[in-house]
Amino acid sequence: MSEAELEMYRAQIDEILEYIGKLNELDTANVAPMAQVLADDQSADATLREDVVAPCSIAGEILKQAPDPEPPYFRVPKVIER
Amino acid sequence: MTAAWTIDGVREALAAKKLSARELAADFYRRIAERNSELNAYLTLSEERAYSQAARMDALVAAGKPLPALAGVPIAIKDVISTRGVRTTCGSKILENYVPPYDATAVERLEAVGAVILGKTNCDEFAMGSSNENSAYGAVRNPEATDRVPGGSSGGSAAAVAAGLAVASLGTDTGGSIRQPGSFCGIPAMMGSYGRVSRYGLIAFASSLDRIGPFATNTRDVAAILGVIAGRDSNDSTSTTAPVPDYRAAMEKPVKGLRIGIPKEYFAEGMDDGVRKKIEAGIELLKKLGCELREIHMAHTDYAIATYYIIATAEASSNLARYDGVRYGLRVEDDSLLAMYRKTRGAGFGAEVKRRIVLGTYVLSAGYYNAYYLKGQKVRALIAQDFRDAFRKVDVIVTPTSPVPPFKLGERTNDPLQMYLADIYTVTGSLAGVPGISVPCGKICGKLPVGLQIFGPAFGEASVLQLAHAFEQAGGGSL
Repeated sequence: MSEAELEMYRAQIDEILEYIGKLNELDTANVAPMAQVLADDQSADATLREDVVAPCSIAGEILKQAPDPEPPYFRVPKVIER
Repeated sequence: MTAAWTIDGVREALAAKKLSARELAADFYRRIAERNSELNAYLTLSEERAYSQAARMDALVAAGKPLPALAGVPIAIKDVISTRGVRTTCGSKILENYVPPYDATAVERLEAVGAVILGKTNCDEFAMGSSNENSAYGAVRNPEATDRVPGGSSGGSAAAVAAGLAVASLGTDTGGSIRQPGSFCGIPAMMGSYGRVSRYGLIAFASSLDRIGPFATNTRDVAAILGVIAGRDSNDSTSTTAPVPDYRAAMEKPVKGLRIGIPKEYFAEGMDDGVRKKIEAGIELLKKLGCELREIHMAHTDYAIATYYIIATAEASSNLARYDGVRYGLRVEDDSLLAMYRKTRGAGFGAEVKRRIVLGTYVLSAGYYNAYYLKGQKVRALIAQDFRDAFRKVDVIVTPTSPVPPFKLGERTNDPLQMYLADIYTVTGSLAGVPGISVPCGKICGKLPVGLQIFGPAFGEASVLQLAHAFEQAGGGSL
């Protein structure tokens, strides 16, 4: 981000955080946090399932979307210096 | 102008061989060619896919075989929903050339019952916005008043249907992004309960809030499409196994005696006078229909915006970390990996997306997690409790959809907080996970559409549609 962008965001985010500060009016010491919406058929671990291998035939198509593919890999700029 | 096509109208015309599915699709593409340069509702057209599906439907007609539920119905898809082989940009430069290798479950289900996918509709970048002005591909104009915004983030999906450039469309709603553009463009628009419709293939903004839902010209078509896309999908573990009722049958039930809650907190200061008058007239109409009105209290309404902008931005900052120039989308080259990440994200994301990533990263950061993110999750629990308490006393809740009518393009773009505050009536239901619809409730000065919002309890879509349908049939749209 540029200096000008940082300056703009700093002011706007300050204002938004100040507004968000109104949540401190509420006493939530005894409230359990809500992380997700659960339906009646779902328990808190409803998003877990058996870890079973399933066939996936679109690996080639997925790689085609990469900016710099070298099948079967994605290529990135060098991260390890000599 | 000819009367708008409906799902039943299309089926009857095809079955009676008044026209072919191919001719109908071609007619819609002709309309799009005429209006889209002005409205900017579509970003990408999927003609090849549409015509091959139309040919399949025409073959069924020729063979005298039964037609599926949405045979030949031209439908538009918001550009955050994946379509195999059809470019999907999320309204962002970072995905300008992204072509998904698979379909979203909702799209797959629509096509399985004969729908013809016309193309992809414009939206705020990654569905972040309330006016469609955050799209990297330009704003959409409101077909009802072309100097005004269509609402957002699903502005293109709403405008396409309102302008007769699709019979129906899919949008997504995270904090109001289906209901508010439905309200602004004068058409019914619905989000089912969280978990009702699979999110598989919906490119994530805030995973605990995102939902896919329909726009149409009438509530019966909304119900039909919701019925098709709803139901368990093993590819989305948050989708529920709860059975999908026949919404079209259920919505015909009489509404006499239905208990309607009117939350006092939704009628406080800040509402436009024109909107207030229309909503009050709408509530009068509900009384005439024999509904029982009850004033209720939803004590934490005033904290919903602050809560929403903590949770939605926190989830967005995590979800959008995947755009790193490695696996898909834009890459701006540099010799070092870190500089490549920075340049790619700096060039690929627009101003609102960056603002939300910064805010979301901040509220999740080690020193501020308890003060912001955890606090937000706790207040979210209080807001959800407000809804559960209310639904012990009433069957549905009625409110305005938006405190303001469609505003002028450019009028609000410089003040993000003011833009966020306009979501006040929709974000509550998003946080609670309940279903909601916006139905047309007249136009201010005969020009600017107003929407009436109806919330139901979790998985109470049938009651929501029942009241929306009765309201529409009683002339609520022309108040």
